[in-house]
Amino acid sequence: MSENIVSVNNLSVSFDYQENFLSKKQKIKAVNNINIKIKKGSFFGLVGESGSGKTTLGRAILGANKISQGNVIFHDDERDYDLTTITSREMKDYRKKAQLIFQDPYAALSPRMTVRDIIAEPLEVMKITNSRQETDEKVREIASKCRLNLEHLRRYPHAFSGGQRQRISIARALVSNPKFIVADESVAALDVSIQADILNLLKQLQNELNLTYLFISHDLSVVAHVCDIVAVMYLGHIVEMAPSRKLFSNPKHPYTKALLSSIPSIDPENKSKAIELEGEIPSAMNPPSGCVFRTRCPHASADGKEVNVEMGLVEVEPDHLVDRCGVNCG
Amino acid sequence: MSHLLEINNLDVKFDTDEGRITAIDNVSLTLDQGRVLGIVGESGSGKSVTAKSIMQLNPGNTIYNDNAEIIIDGENVLKFTSKNDLKKIRGGKVSMIFQEPMASFAPAIKIGSQMVEQLMLHKPLDKKEAKNISIDMLNRVGIADAEKRFNQYAFELSGGMRQRAMIAMALSTMPKLLLADEPTTALDVTIQAQVINLMKDIIKEFNMGVIFITHDLGVIAQVADDVAVMYLGSVVEQGPVNEILKNPMHPYTKGLINALPDINNLDAPLTPIPGNIPSPLDRPTGCVFRTRCPHASQEGKEENIKMGLVEVKPGHWLDKCGVDCGKI
Repeated sequence: MSENIVSVNNLSVSFDYQENFLSKKQKIKAVNNINIKIKKGSFFGLVGESGSGKTTLGRAILGANKISQGNVIFHDDERDYDLTTITSREMKDYRKKAQLIFQDPYAALSPRMTVRDIIAEPLEVMKITNSRQETDEKVREIASKCRLNLEHLRRYPHAFSGGQRQRISIARALVSNPKFIVADESVAALDVSIQADILNLLKQLQNELNLTYLFISHDLSVVAHVCDIVAVMYLGHIVEMAPSRKLFSNPKHPYTKALLSSIPSIDPENKSKAIELEGEIPSAMNPPSGCVFRTRCPHASADGKEVNVEMGLVEVEPDHLVDRCGVNCG
Repeated sequence: MSHLLEINNLDVKFDTDEGRITAIDNVSLTLDQGRVLGIVGESGSGKSVTAKSIMQLNPGNTIYNDNAEIIIDGENVLKFTSKNDLKKIRGGKVSMIFQEPMASFAPAIKIGSQMVEQLMLHKPLDKKEAKNISIDMLNRVGIADAEKRFNQYAFELSGGMRQRAMIAMALSTMPKLLLADEPTTALDVTIQAQVINLMKDIIKEFNMGVIFITHDLGVIAQVADDVAVMYLGSVVEQGPVNEILKNPMHPYTKGLINALPDINNLDAPLTPIPGNIPSPLDRPTGCVFRTRCPHASQEGKEENIKMGLVEVKPGHWLDKCGVDCGKI
């Protein structure tokens, strides 16, 4: 039995793009040659700016995006699911094991369904329960685990605040008893006090239900607090990956360093200036050759040798992986 | 010296189908030239309504109280009777930057035309002068190729670029007061860092007064000189940013700081503020924070308290109820 729950091997995801109907079809590589292994029971963090490919990677692992190259393997107790060759029948099975929590709790819940029906829907669609009574039991069980008031189950989502709605979304994702959860910016839309509450709830549920999370976020301080291991993405590539304490105390890649220094400190006397990156993340349609970060890298050399560098992670310390180009320039 | 902006005893209520909602309750603030006042609070705390009241941008069902004053540069905005008076304020003496720059630019009009149009409304300039000032301003906020950008539409610019263009447009009329409503919230952190540095430079250079609204205490710490913490339409704590963030006294301010993940202290637990922000339809009587306050007493004496700020240290203002419960 494998100690990992998900292995991603040389994964690339491309999308077709056509500027207008006369122009040639282009391929946009949203995710490029990714290798990650997610250990059972871990809280795996994926950070990066908008356009870095973190959501695409999460969706590819769930089988919601087509895989262009490489593979994703989900290791269940009895068997493995290979998402490149998965049949639609197996996919139904896989959906019970791997679930997604969305960002916006206002958009994710149907306004015309009661909370009970929202949480029960996966059970009915996946035909997990056989009777209405059994369904109700499961719904009540998971709702109380997610600290929802059971009397609220008859109400509609509009009656709830953002934090309560996010708890409903979590209950819906967990009702089929999955083992692996992708949480895509699940606290980004919430106020800080509610964000803290939801993060604590996710942690608590992880212990109670033996869950493994892939936690996607743009907020480094949140990721630093909840995740055991963190991968930093930039323009479809992972540029650095390490256990979170290592990564945040000793970042190696210039992009990670810049990201960390960009977090505004809550101490007004700490006016240490952010390492300011020039410009913005380039378009994925036209990514830089060689090191993708070279157009914004403060260490990029004048002779442009980064143009011909081939990207790839190397292990600089045990478990601490950094992109080759970032090792040299750091 | 008179203040650049003085808000006295402002109440704002909205008439809705479900009843009259109190959005702002007895808020008084002052701002001097060259200072940055941060307003921080959760959604629903009335930060944006305060800023919109200054610009008189609140919707038609808004009710202001009679003794409220919003004095900008000696003129009470609430006493304006004609639209022409307001025009001098909006975009002239006061400019506003919004959270979502895509929604603030008209999508079908070139950015340059929008900049020129508003400049010519407020200044006696011809088209050519206005264009030159606009391009100069775009350059100043760090937009490369300003002349090309001048002739582009909002959708052709990236998020950070659009926010820079928005800032350029807001500043081109040389306002005395700038209202920035969550100007960096929609941006990525590296872009946020760029925009914050840009704003700091510009605030210094133009010596204006700024009201900077955000929910992010880190941004407040880096940008503001003074801070007002708002909860459910009331200011509960106010003072110099250094004092308030290092020595918070109100249980709500403390709660906000404790709920924030701190990257320098990964072992600190995240402590949420218990409960939810109440609906403005059933705003608590007495101390508005009492339904979530860890110090609220059993016998419920907070229900009959009248809220109001008192000075607990030079410059550090705290709500009366917060003074008492902090001592427990």
